[in-house]
Amino acid sequence: MVRPLLLDLALTHILGRKRQTIVSVIGVAMGVGFFIAMAALMQGFQGYFVETVINASPHITVRDQFREPAVQPVAAAFRGGAVLLHGLKPRDEIRGIRKAGTMVSALSEWPGLSVAPSLDGPVILRYGSADKSAVLIGIVPEREIHVTQLEDDMVQGHLTDLASAANGVVMGLGLANKLGAKMGDSLNAISPAGVILRVKVVGLFRTGVVSLDEGQAYILLKKAQILQSRANVINQLRIRLQRVDEAREVAARIEALYGYKSESWQEANEGVFGVFRIQNAIMYSTVGAIMVVAAFGIYNIISTVVYEKSRDIAILKSIGLTEADIRRTFLMQGLMIGMIGAVLGWLIGFGLTSLLASVRFDVGNAVRNDRLFLAWSVTHYWIGGMFSLLASAVAAWIPARRAAGANPVDIIRGAA
Amino acid sequence: MGRVLPGPVPVTLVEDIDLSIGEGEFVAITGPSGSGKSSLLYLLGLLDRPTSGSIILEGRDTAEAGAAELAALRLSKLGFVFQFHFLLPEFTVLGNVMIPMRKLGGAPEPELRKRAQALLDDLGLGDQAAKLPSQLSGGQRQRVAIARALANRPRVILADEPTGNLDTKSAQTVFDIFARLAREMGTTVVTVTHDEGLAAQTSRRVHLVDGRLVAQGVNRH
Repeated sequence: MVRPLLLDLALTHILGRKRQTIVSVIGVAMGVGFFIAMAALMQGFQGYFVETVINASPHITVRDQFREPAVQPVAAAFRGGAVLLHGLKPRDEIRGIRKAGTMVSALSEWPGLSVAPSLDGPVILRYGSADKSAVLIGIVPEREIHVTQLEDDMVQGHLTDLASAANGVVMGLGLANKLGAKMGDSLNAISPAGVILRVKVVGLFRTGVVSLDEGQAYILLKKAQILQSRANVINQLRIRLQRVDEAREVAARIEALYGYKSESWQEANEGVFGVFRIQNAIMYSTVGAIMVVAAFGIYNIISTVVYEKSRDIAILKSIGLTEADIRRTFLMQGLMIGMIGAVLGWLIGFGLTSLLASVRFDVGNAVRNDRLFLAWSVTHYWIGGMFSLLASAVAAWIPARRAAGANPVDIIRGAA
Repeated sequence: MGRVLPGPVPVTLVEDIDLSIGEGEFVAITGPSGSGKSSLLYLLGLLDRPTSGSIILEGRDTAEAGAAELAALRLSKLGFVFQFHFLLPEFTVLGNVMIPMRKLGGAPEPELRKRAQALLDDLGLGDQAAKLPSQLSGGQRQRVAIARALANRPRVILADEPTGNLDTKSAQTVFDIFARLAREMGTTVVTVTHDEGLAAQTSRRVHLVDGRLVAQGVNRH
């Protein structure tokens, strides 16, 4: 019986100030709505980015490098001892993954894992008077198809054409544009080893990642080994997983097993994820700021009600309502505004997100996406709702406490 | 019992009050303005706490009671009527009377509604139940306030100048109700008034001057 009475009181209070209440509700709704739209936009973009990264590059890249310098025998023999080596000259080794062939066949046996060997190295591509440096990656097309989405990104030609044409090369559309080369054009590839190979463009790809589109070209592994003068050498294993999220663990396992540096896609893009975190922080603080403004609105209306209704508060207390009752009455008003605002905000957020989803850009063909990427997530709605409830509870709490603490005698005396 | 307002210059509201009021008594507290009549009433009504001494209600010392406990006592045992009616403007007459009932609970809403209606009938306001306080006359509002004070069948009614804003006829009606309550229901009524004529109708008078109890007398009718 108590609750309905307090609810009754709370309702009469906020309904008595309809316009102010509506303004407060709109304030909260705006905050929640913008948050939802912003979150959808940001997470959508981040999700798109991650997906692009996952699709465009391998999930794990094993390189012919080690994380730690090799342990010298003397250090291994006296582990933890006071060993200091001076003037150490590292051994001159042929770089590359040793026994790559067995490693590839062993890794191929792992469930949910595809592996493709490659050799990448810098080259200068020369077409007419245009010189462009690029990373030329030697691949095995039939394996590569299972590891990267390169085949899907082809705008002209196919990866398999690499094998059918003599010295065929597939390059990023951006790179081709910069060189001025088109399909079927022949150009020179010059390696740091001094080898010059005449190659023919048999395919063009566009991943949407500018650095790849403007800086990479693919060739058969054998040709790359000739070009780089590194016969039978592989310096990268590119791995694709069925379960993308396990990349970190699988990479760690491979590294523990073979010793070569294995980098998961998460690790490779650590910097970008850091930026994402900052982005999210900015988003949350912006929304926080909107909610603070909305909270001031709520604080204002409830303060006004407390001031206006001081006589009612006095009489209610004299009747026998407790301080907690009074506090609850005003807290409820804040929460009601917060709740209605949250629901309205959900609608606004949904509407804004739908609006954003319908936006189309005319960005030419340099970038593949012509629309905003949006993440539709119930979590955003929850967070927005929680935000508004929290803000309204805090905003209502302060005047509610003042109302509860008011001395009825003072008010009654003043009124008489 | 006494009450001193703290501050740079402490103000003594009432002091050395030794007063015992029996069940069913109809007591008038009189005295010049500023003599502490209302202060004494608020102390008796547990709205304020004495700075010295204590108030004993039905044999129970209230000095030790917490704020929530005092509120509960006010709700179930005491009823207030002030000079101003203090009805909630958004609630109907019936709604106002029902507020203390709903807070106390103890019966389903329709039952409370019936009881509130009966109270209003008893005070001659039966046909005003659905109206808002603003649609009533001053005397009617004050009677609604009395009905609200009576909502939970209190043992004590405390009235602070209940007729201060009323014409003579309405004032008489209010006092008639009080007298009847004391006589028929055994409800104790304590009222502050400066109207000599009305004070004479009570069963006992308590006269304050400068916060001190200076005279008491039993009225013989």
